[in-house]
Amino acid sequence: MIHAYKLMGQNIIIDAGSGCVHAIDDAAYDAIALYETCGRDELAARLTAEYPELTRDDLDELFADIEELKKDGKLFAPDAALEADGRSGGKRDIKALCLHVAHTCNLTCDYCFAGQGRYHGDAALMSAATARRAIDFLVENSGDKRNLEVDFFGGEPLLAWDTVVETVKYARSLESEHGKNFRFTLTTNGVLLDDEVTEFCNAEISNVVLSLDGRREIHDARRKTPQGGGSYDAIVPKFRRFAEKREGGYYMRGTYTSANLDFTEDILHIADLGFTELAMEPAVSAPGDALGLTAADLPELFRQYEILAAEMVRREGEGKPFAFYHYTLDLENGPCVYKRVAGCGSGSEYFAVTPEGELYPCHQLVGEREFVAGDIWGGVKDGFEFRRKVINEREECRGCWAKLYCSGGCAANAYHASGDADGVYELGCELFKKRLECAIWMKVI
Amino acid sequence: MKRIRTIVTRDLCESAKNGGCGECQTSCQSACKTSNGVANQKCENPKK
Repeated sequence: MIHAYKLMGQNIIIDAGSGCVHAIDDAAYDAIALYETCGRDELAARLTAEYPELTRDDLDELFADIEELKKDGKLFAPDAALEADGRSGGKRDIKALCLHVAHTCNLTCDYCFAGQGRYHGDAALMSAATARRAIDFLVENSGDKRNLEVDFFGGEPLLAWDTVVETVKYARSLESEHGKNFRFTLTTNGVLLDDEVTEFCNAEISNVVLSLDGRREIHDARRKTPQGGGSYDAIVPKFRRFAEKREGGYYMRGTYTSANLDFTEDILHIADLGFTELAMEPAVSAPGDALGLTAADLPELFRQYEILAAEMVRREGEGKPFAFYHYTLDLENGPCVYKRVAGCGSGSEYFAVTPEGELYPCHQLVGEREFVAGDIWGGVKDGFEFRRKVINEREECRGCWAKLYCSGGCAANAYHASGDADGVYELGCELFKKRLECAIWMKVI
Repeated sequence: MKRIRTIVTRDLCESAKNGGCGECQTSCQSACKTSNGVANQKCENPKK
């Protein structure tokens, strides 16, 4: 299967089976698009009609090149996902936890999927004892996996800072005895960010996600203090100080809604503030939500992603580059096909832990009681199953050219959009494919 | 090739041979937390 598309002056072929990418001229584009459905003589005639400057020798050379790519498995290659069938489903070691150290927040963002941090329950902080037990649970269930990941999440995790520090210290104390390497990440709104937090993050937290939506008026309309005021002026100076002193990875992460379909302006605003690692995600909202995105928004959103890609290239040429999470593809050293087939690992290698120690298959499903998977003391309960199908088991994914890049999409998004965690979030699929087209465009120009 | 420029990419079919170690980052422990994508993650298998 190939995906052929034209974008901002480039003709691009993605060979979906092998992952190969080709940048080609117009004649090759037409030839490859028709190659598997058209006889050689007919193809030659059609190409000659369209491109009268092409000689027979030119055509023969083009066809030979296509055949060579086919022979090398770089064009019309068999579906790599099939190679992984039978080895990617089923039970996996647990290797990642999202620790909800705080089910409470010091902001009241109106689009928050977590219900202002409380996940539709009571406000709560995770005790250090519960967090230590969560680390033990992870080590006990991680099999021979060496790299274990713990994300401090909320609500606002800095409201449980002592627990964060204690958890890191405890996990580090287990590393050599158990042959593990912990990687910590933290997501914060920045209200409590200070030099102490920054220094600790530099020493221990490999990636810090900082929430900023972009332009002051956009950010303040959504991300409000409990008193109803905006939070931009309080947090931006803290984020800038953090970024200046940061040793290690970080992302400035925004959320866009139907209120700022021109979200590229917000990304560029954040870049203009001096930040260089950026992410911007579409809001996850219930169908019918006034801030939600719909299929009618797609043309404008597509246009925005193109503007963003072009502007990033322009700025790079001027020596002012910045990274955008969804455009940061690693085509040479990306994951193997098993990872791509198996999906995000929610409910198998990845669990969220509530302040009380309950397990959920995903942080976005916390509070939806039917998804309780057990707890950190008793483990995953008997009979619990949250197995999102691997991509070729899902009809909607099997024939999709992007399946080895999206890995089948987000189970929680699918659940919230379709009522079925094994369903499909069509809007998310469309946005993903557009971002991928733009990201690959940036690789070929 | 005159008309076709191939970008260097990992051969995904080939990756089935030594893949599946499971040591790479879990997708949602990244910047997104609300969508899933694996293409921007790094392979951590030294035997690839």
